[in-house]
Amino acid sequence: MFLEAARQIGITLILVILNIAYLTYIERKVLGRLQQRIGPNRVGTYGLLQPIADVVKLISREDLIPAKADKIVFVLAPIMALIPAFIVYAAIPFTKNICISNLNIGVLYVFAVSSLSVYGLVMAGWGSNSKYALLGGLRAAAQMVSYEIFLGLSVMGALMLSSSMNMIEIVNAQKGLPFIFLQPLGFFIYFVAGIAETNRIPFDLPEAENELVAGFHVEYSGMRFALFFLAEYSHMFVVCLMATILFLGGWNGPYSDNSTFFSLLWLLLKTFSLVFVFLLIRGTLPRYRYDQLMDLGWKFFLPLSLANILVTSLIIWLK
Amino acid sequence: MKAKEFILNMGPQHPSTHGVLRLVLALDGEYVKDSRVHIGHLHRGIEKLCENKTYFQIVPLTDRLDYVSSISNNLSYVQAVEKLLELSVPERAKYLRVIFSELQRLCNHLLWLATQALDIGAMSMFLYCFRDREEILDIFEKVCGARLTINYLRVGGVNRDMQPDVIPMILKFTKYFSNSIKEWDTILSGNRIWLGRTKGIAAVTKEDAVNYGLTGVPLRASGINLDIRKAIPYAVYDRMNFDVPLGVNGDVFDRYIIRMEEMRQSLRIIEQACKEIPDGPIMVDDPRIALPDKKNLEANAECLTRYCYILTHGYKVPKGEVYSSIEAPKGELGFYIISDGTEKPFRLKIRSPAFINVAALPKMIQGGLVADVIAAIGSIDIVLGEIDR
Repeated sequence: MFLEAARQIGITLILVILNIAYLTYIERKVLGRLQQRIGPNRVGTYGLLQPIADVVKLISREDLIPAKADKIVFVLAPIMALIPAFIVYAAIPFTKNICISNLNIGVLYVFAVSSLSVYGLVMAGWGSNSKYALLGGLRAAAQMVSYEIFLGLSVMGALMLSSSMNMIEIVNAQKGLPFIFLQPLGFFIYFVAGIAETNRIPFDLPEAENELVAGFHVEYSGMRFALFFLAEYSHMFVVCLMATILFLGGWNGPYSDNSTFFSLLWLLLKTFSLVFVFLLIRGTLPRYRYDQLMDLGWKFFLPLSLANILVTSLIIWLK
Repeated sequence: MKAKEFILNMGPQHPSTHGVLRLVLALDGEYVKDSRVHIGHLHRGIEKLCENKTYFQIVPLTDRLDYVSSISNNLSYVQAVEKLLELSVPERAKYLRVIFSELQRLCNHLLWLATQALDIGAMSMFLYCFRDREEILDIFEKVCGARLTINYLRVGGVNRDMQPDVIPMILKFTKYFSNSIKEWDTILSGNRIWLGRTKGIAAVTKEDAVNYGLTGVPLRASGINLDIRKAIPYAVYDRMNFDVPLGVNGDVFDRYIIRMEEMRQSLRIIEQACKEIPDGPIMVDDPRIALPDKKNLEANAECLTRYCYILTHGYKVPKGEVYSSIEAPKGELGFYIISDGTEKPFRLKIRSPAFINVAALPKMIQGGLVADVIAAIGSIDIVLGEIDR
């Protein structure tokens, strides 16, 4: 029992860390191509060892804490951002077999835990004792709170269709037809909210490098800075992973019924194609303004996701 | 309860203040209640330096004013001195000046578009613009040997003639570039986020634009038709066919649209000039001013003496005062020179467009958000080298 759990945790952790490390590599490579650059190509073949080089560089940086910062909050903040970003994986199944804990309310757990990350950002904004960081932290809090709501609401359709919050059951319910065909609007809203949750362009206001320089992490450097980025990429991966599980049929695909390898392959393939869309968006769109972002969230997406729930439940009820 | 004002110091080390501009913003939440612009971090005393240099030696100094459009600075200065000397410049040199100052305008607008888009968050645009700017810089490099501060113009003409294969190179570039502009139009002009970030932001009314003395694109965006190239034609602009785009609202979006249109018009001018450019000398035939051909230096002692004399002592410029301005990419760039009849100017004053345009910044950003401040700074198109001089 204990050994089995340890094995699962080990497998999941390796999967997650590998995926996140190479997410940074893929992002740089894809963005480079989009912008007519080459991207990393110096470390290893095709620059494949770049993530390792990055980590080595970041770890060996000087550990700087600004003199006037609130030291405890400053040190705690990146940890607070990172921990929720990693413990969400406790409930996410990668395949039928690779799953640390098959919770009945897995979806609820994931959304609840991943939204805790915002405390890290707010603490970083406050603890740095810098005005830019403070503005970034406040923006992060406002944005996460408002987008959390319809992130949750947007998946309701999928939950109603499978009448379960257990992710393995949700995936099994999509054996025939992935929910994206039944819930296109839900998927769209989820995806937009996901981009906002992960603070990426066009919703990267808490960082907004052109106005707030770097927002909440402006005073951070070295490994602490890396922890924030690890959290952000982990979030991005979770958002895409959850989108795959809830809307794209998870690990379902040809040859996936009995083979763990193919299941995992399909899951990662679907997840990374969503990641690719993330990157395309990042390469094309400008950034929203703070008030426009709030308008968009409360006046457009919230009613839209409520309407989506209403229509879905009506159809289910009529059937 | 009344919220306390929040003083935010933006710059001089800030990625989006385009150099070392410093703004002090009084914020209420994210809204700008009050602002103050501080300049002078890049002051090099160019105007004073000019008083100790001969007219010949000042040309490279003007390169360093607005270092992203050096030919425009050269042109404005050179034309002012020519006015004092009452020189008439050869036709070919005039055409070369037009071609290169329009290429420089493209170069400047590209840099503006790159940074404006980056400020608003469209990162890829930045790299696309730099990719195309590179092509222009290659042309400069081929003709003048330098890429940024190219020091191409001389009092009385231009430094050197262009090689015969440069015109095809320019025409190839213009063809390629008109496609690039279409591409950017599809990326930005119809983008809802872009429109939301630019429309109605940092608007300046007609009256304000005149009262603040704005020139260039910020003035024309407010709907006032003043383009020195049309109003007081210099070089051969009177023979060129081009339109002056005008805006209506004077907001960031209008400035964006006008600059995009200006790039298209610049392409038209370049193509016409390339077609019409005559053969002939590129330097005025005046031994006082024109450097002798380097080939003659060894054979002809008189040439050598003259060469050294112009480089070290320069030439005397008749007593008088002159103001001459051009339509630089950023607005009206003027040089006011007082000559006391010696080889060095008694006083040289530069009317820098960005310096005057940036004075309207507090008015533009009043009541906007922090993000609008960045958009507004980008839309004025400032270079601190020119503001601080």
